Amino acid sequence: MGELAAVVGIGQTKYASRRGDVSIAGLVREAAQNALEDADLSFKDIDAVVIGKAPDMFEGIVMPEIYLTDALGANGKPMLRVHTAGSVGGSTALVAASHVQSGTFKRVLTVTFEKQSESNAMWALSTPQPFSVHLNAGAGGYFAPIIREYIRRSNAPSDIGIKVAVKDRLHGARNPLSHLNLPNISHQEVEDSMMLWDPIRFLEACPSSDGACAMIIANKDLVSESPKPPAWILGGAMRSEPTIYAGRDEVNPRAGRDCAKDVYAQAGISDPRREFDCAEIYVPFSWYEPMWLENLGFADQGEGWRLTLDGATSLDEGGDIPWNCSGGVLSSNPIGASGMIRFAEAARQVRGDADQHQVEDARLALGHAYGGGAQFFSMWVVGANKP
Amino acid sequence: MNIDICIVAFSQSACVAQAGAANEVELIMPQLEAVYSQVGISNAQDVDFVCSGSCDYLQGAAFAFVAGVDALGAVPPIQESHVEMDAAWALYEAVLKIRMGHAESALVYGFSKSSPGELPVVLSQQLDPYYLAPQWIDSISLAALQARLMLDKGIIKASDMAAVVAASRRCAMDNDKAQLAGQFSISDLLEEPEYVSPLRKADCSPISDGASAMIICTRSKAEEWQVPFVRLSGIDHRIETHNLGMRDLTTSHSTRLVAEALSIHNSSLDIAELYAPFSHQQIILEQALELQAETEINPSGGVLAGNLMMASGLSRVGEVFNRIVAGEAIRGLAHATSGPCLQHNLLAILESS
Repeated sequence: MGELAAVVGIGQTKYASRRGDVSIAGLVREAAQNALEDADLSFKDIDAVVIGKAPDMFEGIVMPEIYLTDALGANGKPMLRVHTAGSVGGSTALVAASHVQSGTFKRVLTVTFEKQSESNAMWALSTPQPFSVHLNAGAGGYFAPIIREYIRRSNAPSDIGIKVAVKDRLHGARNPLSHLNLPNISHQEVEDSMMLWDPIRFLEACPSSDGACAMIIANKDLVSESPKPPAWILGGAMRSEPTIYAGRDEVNPRAGRDCAKDVYAQAGISDPRREFDCAEIYVPFSWYEPMWLENLGFADQGEGWRLTLDGATSLDEGGDIPWNCSGGVLSSNPIGASGMIRFAEAARQVRGDADQHQVEDARLALGHAYGGGAQFFSMWVVGANKP
Repeated sequence: MNIDICIVAFSQSACVAQAGAANEVELIMPQLEAVYSQVGISNAQDVDFVCSGSCDYLQGAAFAFVAGVDALGAVPPIQESHVEMDAAWALYEAVLKIRMGHAESALVYGFSKSSPGELPVVLSQQLDPYYLAPQWIDSISLAALQARLMLDKGIIKASDMAAVVAASRRCAMDNDKAQLAGQFSISDLLEEPEYVSPLRKADCSPISDGASAMIICTRSKAEEWQVPFVRLSGIDHRIETHNLGMRDLTTSHSTRLVAEALSIHNSSLDIAELYAPFSHQQIILEQALELQAETEINPSGGVLAGNLMMASGLSRVGEVFNRIVAGEAIRGLAHATSGPCLQHNLLAILESS
């Protein structure tokens, strides 16, 4: 694993459909400042900056790190830009961690963002690729047939997705940063919302958000310089597979299974449902909760939906393995940052710093992100106890 | 930190003005095959980590790198990452991965087709999206501004710029991957009309399509593979302000910072491969690096002879590797740049093992 590192500061913006009060630079700086404040540090304490976001075509800025260097206090420092599709928020955190774990730097700032109000994600995701079949589908249209296949295989009741949508919005109502604030959302309301891509209804899909998320990752020797408890990084892994290949299981991708196996081995985890206190998992469409419960080994094949049905993943229902206590991607979705928010919210839980959505005495949490055609995965395990 | 990291393979395509109907995967594949065969492995499954550099705006579609993954044979899934930067920074990420003990070997590659779009205009969209990008200030115009400052301050003469071009063209005659090569005198070059004053076309790197790939590993892995290897004894980078009005464009502060961090000043270097997309920028870099007379600069011809966007930085490292392996040099420096007017700079030191 190299040098031991920990998250010592976390900063997020308020998520909203439009943050018209700030520029893109202002948005990332807000998150970075919040993270520095959380860690009781200033820009001069930072050795390097690692930034990530989803495709440049969203906001129409080519390689935005070039423009954002001033806003992130990176002048005269190394700055790296990561782009690994929807998993980028997670990958960026892992690349930032590697700056410290490699022994190369003592303390780095990592930031991810998306300003969807200044972008057009549906268009950017649908540009024709030369010499390739043009899908023109956006993300929902791409994933809907895969979800239908999951329902066919598992014989899950048809309203599991609705249950996830309600649960994550109730979680989001506890989180003041959440884009969607729907404390009174009902099963009926979700069911009555417009069908966008069968079986995904409007309220079963993630919103389009503006927002940024930042973390400060420090070497173990510097952890005591920040006042709050650290979140120790106990494991990190990435996996990629092609979008299409003969025999590919798109419902339960091998890259996700392999990535989980790798990160669990690093953190010494054999039974994720029992050993983790909570998890922040990339669920942009409701049905991905039961699908990832199986892919990540929290439930047996075809059984993931039972956990959702029984309330096992719900904080409000006192579930034993709450997922997405922050409200998840279904409550806030600045795409390029959504993965890092998962990683950061997992860290908040084990730092005991998650306020109204805190899982009591959380000691061990999983952060997860995926992207592309569910083919890029990044995950980390964070813990309250120094290994 | 103390892990010895070595380069064991490198391959670059020819720089061509127009790769025609060949897509990105078809540009990458031959380079991957070449580096696999150099170390005697069969595909990306035989390395521990893969990292690439590319730019969606050059392909004109989101997720340029996803097509790259198709070139890798990533079944079963692999550990893979991507930077939206020149692949020299993908190399940097791979070095960190090896240093932290998560990998013993890594494949790094970069690729682009610059020909389908108007590269200088595309690059104008790298600028501040509120104040600069709406003016569509292209990369050549910004470089011309920089050259003008240098000429007006008397730091260079037009003939100094032409001398850089003449040397590039001459060196490129021995480089079968080069796009532009030949014997030109300084006066020949100065007779050409100005393109974007004070730059002549020859002062600007050409538009090129292509790819390059590299394999790096720990020393023990290199010995296991029983292939010639070159130590990557240092690699570091710095970025500086995006606000051109806040920078002294006639020098490269960030290059100087990296050179200091790597103790390059006054150290012995047989060769230096510098990523200077414009002739005057090579002079800025030479001055910031304080290169000594015995250091041969851009023996490949540099990027004025062919500029593979997103791969040229990695290729600079590869060119130094090739010359050390061939016994033409003992110790060399490679440089990569990104952003307008040399905003972001990376240096790598390579040493004979």
